[in-house]
Amino acid sequence: MSATRDRILARLRASRPAQPLALPVLDAHYTPRARNETVAERVARFRAGIESFHAEVHLASEGDWPALLAGLCANKGVQSLLYGADTPAGRRLDASAFAGTTLRPWAGEIEGLKADLFHRVDAGFTQTLGAIAETGTLIVWPSEAEPRTLSLVPPIHFALLDARAIHPTFFDAMRAGNWAAGLPTNALLISGPSKTADIQQTLAYGAHGPKELVVIMINTEGDVQ
Amino acid sequence: MSATHATAATNSAGNPSAGSAPSGNRASGRGDARPIAFVSAQALRERMHEAVNDPHLRKSFRGAMDFLMAKRAAQFPDESELDSLRTLSEGIRQYSLSKLPDLLEQLEANLTRNGVQVHWAADADEANAIMLGIARRHAAKTIVKGKSMVSEEIEFNHAMQAAGIDALESDMGEYIVQLAGEKPSHIIMPAIHKTREQIARLFAENVPGVAYTDNVDALIQIGRQVLREKFEQADIGLSGVNFAVAETGTLCLVENEGNGRMCTTVPRVHMAITGIEKIVEKLEHVAPLFSILTRSATGQAISTYFNMISGPRKPGEKDGPEEVHLILLDNGRSQAYADEQLRKTLQCIRCGACMNHCPVYTRIGGLAYGTTYPGPIGKIVSPHMMGLEQTHLLPTVSTLCGACGEVCPVRIPIPELLVRLRGEAQSKPHDNPVMVGQGAGYSPLVSFVWRTWARIYASPGNYRIFSWLASRFRALTPSRQSGWTAARTPLTPAPRRLRDMVRDRQ
Ligand code: SF4
Repeated sequence: MSATRDRILARLRASRPAQPLALPVLDAHYTPRARNETVAERVARFRAGIESFHAEVHLASEGDWPALLAGLCANKGVQSLLYGADTPAGRRLDASAFAGTTLRPWAGEIEGLKADLFHRVDAGFTQTLGAIAETGTLIVWPSEAEPRTLSLVPPIHFALLDARAIHPTFFDAMRAGNWAAGLPTNALLISGPSKTADIQQTLAYGAHGPKELVVIMINTEGDVQ
Repeated sequence: MSATHATAATNSAGNPSAGSAPSGNRASGRGDARPIAFVSAQALRERMHEAVNDPHLRKSFRGAMDFLMAKRAAQFPDESELDSLRTLSEGIRQYSLSKLPDLLEQLEANLTRNGVQVHWAADADEANAIMLGIARRHAAKTIVKGKSMVSEEIEFNHAMQAAGIDALESDMGEYIVQLAGEKPSHIIMPAIHKTREQIARLFAENVPGVAYTDNVDALIQIGRQVLREKFEQADIGLSGVNFAVAETGTLCLVENEGNGRMCTTVPRVHMAITGIEKIVEKLEHVAPLFSILTRSATGQAISTYFNMISGPRKPGEKDGPEEVHLILLDNGRSQAYADEQLRKTLQCIRCGACMNHCPVYTRIGGLAYGTTYPGPIGKIVSPHMMGLEQTHLLPTVSTLCGACGEVCPVRIPIPELLVRLRGEAQSKPHDNPVMVGQGAGYSPLVSFVWRTWARIYASPGNYRIFSWLASRFRALTPSRQSGWTAARTPLTPAPRRLRDMVRDRQ
């Protein structure tokens, strides 16, 4: 309906201000409010935030996180864990053996996997791009290797986070990573397991997405409690 | 609860539940509210009357609004931060609007480059026709919907139903409201007017194989089970848009439940619909707007998900829709845009804070307004969508207390706009009106009374004569004074004027 398009645009053009307003300066809001915090403080803030949204946070080291994940899977009775194989973390999992949990690298397109994904997979595992301290939020950029539904459909989402990649605010994360230069097909902020308060404002977890969000945080500096 | 554009519409018959169309009930027992035709003065008054006399409804809304106001307040402990963030957010919205036509073209170009198909619709019929065309091309039987107030605005469900396509709401609140054959009563929390027990009965009666339970967790799990099946099977997913970013060609969605992600990720086709105003130029502009949106709306520091979609599935990617469509809807927005003052209406980010803080909304609830968008935002935006013939009473459903303007995160001067709209509605019809339906509420008598009043009060001489007559002939004051005496004693002038008493003392 390009006639409609042209009509709408012409109508807007006829009445828009002669000069656009000045571009708002975001730094004027964010810079004076920047916190000079240590990494440890930032990590603590992230953790308090995401825990307040009912996520679990577990600390691990670069060497032992697969073992920690194996333990968590065993505790939670995860029989089938789906993950993206062709990533650094995925290769670590490829080389691991979990007692009692079948490790299942994602293979093929979702069309061939849908029924399993919805009915048989107990947990999905993804890496994260980073996190946001201010709100307690994970940044997840799905990719060819780590499809979008991994963090959405299975009842439990395990997310691997490097504590060094925690940014103070969403604004800082966007700026630092120059997101405006190019976003993936889908980019996500995730703050806890899915929830709803649609019945009498009573908060209930496990709405349509994961019922549990479990963060495994690699803390190289080792200065976090 | 999810935060997308929202609103409530009820049928013009008055009773919200009377609006369900029995023919729309499928095996699942769902119905759809009849589309709104006309907000007659009579119907509006009746609905308001009914609402204020319903103690359950009053209690639901009072409780919910108190809860939401307290939660919002807790998110803004630092006045100066709030002030600065509001100024920034207002600035971003006004800046975006000042470049709106250019940004729309930029958005279209970048989305197209990313592989998204962009469509333009002047009104509800065009938007529905576009989406029906897409659905037909894919021989779709089921469309699963994330929360979208714009889809309510165009009566999307109704249009699909008429074409034999099932449009299923998947936001828990919207699902409940659809099961009940009603319309959302709040733009963020659609089922806010329903009690837990009502929802429990609704599920027991309408969801096959479900026994009565009023445990909230159990109820949510029932909804989850039913809807997961739909996400898995649906041919098309529909969503709204909270922010569209021109520079990257990105659609941003705010939600808590994960149903929005399901609708935009699992089905083969994703259709998004948005008003033409929901656009920002820079990606970084969404950071402050998103923050002030969730904090103002539900008092959450952030929603569970912020979903940024920049295209369909690319070669090599393993999931995501193969087709993504964006429908840009005008539906009266360009009329608001044409006037500098009314343009401010389009700054709205649909947070719902104005309704949460509105004393009228709190008392009559969202359904009584009879428009898709209720509360203060509904009163300033609906006249552009529906014309003043149908909505000229809406701007008068306000005490002008100013609470809405005070909490609006983008500083829309709502009370000022209400006064302006009253003027547009009630002034004598003239050529070249800025709004469709200008003068629809014009009454020669009322107009004469106010013109006379103005003449008296604007001139000391006239006022002196009038007050002298009024005090001397006070016995002639009518004892019935229209709406005033419905609940109050009549107004009678004092026997002696202030002027007379002052003279006595000199
Ligand atoms: S008018 Fe302001 S307060 Fe009301 S919904 Fe829009 S942004 Fe929120």
